[in-house]
Amino acid sequence: MSWTPAEPMISLRDVHKSFGDLKVLKGISLDVMKGDVICIIGPSGSGKSTLIRCINALNDIQKGSIKVEGQEVNDPKLDKLELRKKVGMVFQQYNLFPHKTALQNVMMAPVRVLGQDKVKAEEAARALIKKVRLEGKEDAYPGELSGGQQQRVAIARSLAMQPDVILFDEVTAALDPETVGEVLQTIKNLAEDGMTCILVTHEMGFAREVADHIYFTDRGVIVEHGPPDTFFKNAQDSRTKEFLSQIL
Amino acid sequence: MTYKTDLPVMLPVKPREPEPFLSLTPWHMLAIALLTIIGPSIAFAQSGSEAQSPLAVLMNWAPLLLKGFIFNLVISISAMALGTVVGAMLGLCQISLLAVTRHSSWFVTQFFRNAPWLVLLFFAMFLLPFEIKFFSLTIPFPDWFKAILGLSLPVMANVSEIVRGAVRSLPSGQWEAAESLAYTRLQTLWLIIIPQCVKRMLPPWMNLYSILTMATVLASIVGVNEVMTLTGQALASEGGRPDLLAPFYGFVLLLFFIYCYPIARFTVWLEKKYAVIT
Repeated sequence: MSWTPAEPMISLRDVHKSFGDLKVLKGISLDVMKGDVICIIGPSGSGKSTLIRCINALNDIQKGSIKVEGQEVNDPKLDKLELRKKVGMVFQQYNLFPHKTALQNVMMAPVRVLGQDKVKAEEAARALIKKVRLEGKEDAYPGELSGGQQQRVAIARSLAMQPDVILFDEVTAALDPETVGEVLQTIKNLAEDGMTCILVTHEMGFAREVADHIYFTDRGVIVEHGPPDTFFKNAQDSRTKEFLSQIL
Repeated sequence: MTYKTDLPVMLPVKPREPEPFLSLTPWHMLAIALLTIIGPSIAFAQSGSEAQSPLAVLMNWAPLLLKGFIFNLVISISAMALGTVVGAMLGLCQISLLAVTRHSSWFVTQFFRNAPWLVLLFFAMFLLPFEIKFFSLTIPFPDWFKAILGLSLPVMANVSEIVRGAVRSLPSGQWEAAESLAYTRLQTLWLIIIPQCVKRMLPPWMNLYSILTMATVLASIVGVNEVMTLTGQALASEGGRPDLLAPFYGFVLLLFFIYCYPIARFTVWLEKKYAVIT
């Protein structure tokens, strides 16, 4: 495990994944460098969410290789807990713990999983809640917060583990339109701070603005990829063109 | 804003007010009183006047019957406690990642859940020894203790299913979120899943307790000195007067009703309360 930041932090090679007979991923390869922000876009059911869920081993794969900082994920001997300490994840449905306050949601994992000191963890958690601009909501329960606020707590919760990379799985898809902006702004701030981010998203404007690289997937393969400017202006593949014409 | 519509789903939803926890109207009271007083009086009128009135006889026996009833409650509480502890563990085994554990605990649960309570009680009564010799120590196994064990078996199986159902009813996102924060499975269960399940488990668990309390009279069949056994003995020692049957058994019914009805109401109240919050 001699990974250096000069190599890709995350590297997928010919990843195959199927649920029973249904082949969802049919040979995906991509690289993410440290500090990169990459967006994965594509029609529904094209395997985008499955793809990023494989990176933190929420889904296993049948064939291929996924390396996170040199560590092979497709390995039965993998220490999943160690992997997940490095790879954060934010979900479409927020998945906050409803019986815990916002503050507890954020500080629980650092205390229980990383064994951090409670006082220090709380201090850090309060700073993170401030960072996602939810000061004053520390003691609110998830049920008392709007979708956008919940999602920002979820981002803070993920950040509290000080991961090297965060996976975002359609994090704005379940939000009311008026709260999408605040969540995207939070992610943008993260990206500007140099956090490595992998986003599955339908927000094309956002992808174009923050992404370093865009991947377009359809039916389990990467059809086309490139930096946002070339990707959006000069899409080559007919499927990409069709998709973009429907969205934009 | 009101719409003219035939579709019920389009109509504004009126939030249902939670009913008060005990809603016994005077009419209910009257009906219960009639049951326990009028019946015996009619019976008394037919049995001649030289005997003591049934109510007076009942009053003489009431303290003993009450003691018997308290014994029923002790059995029910003990069987519930034992069944809940073992059943909770069995329920958690049902969601184990180990197939062997999962399947065997599933089988045990289903076996005891689909067995008549009385048969289980007989099994406990006649299969367990009356004492256990542990080196030089002799631990007696009295009948009431065997009754507790026998009744805790179906409780265990039902609690196991309640636990499994509650855990399964949580959205999978809770598990995934915990997993992706690197919680171990045990931590996930203990810190995230179980605390959320307690609320969901409470109403069915209390229902089960009500049913168990009423089932404790089964212990009379195997000779435990609980309220039904004592009632039978009291009736026998009064010379088997037929006019005493209704007041005595009516009294026992009333005791169970007074104890179980508030539990049932409380369960309904809890169910409504948690249904609104979720």
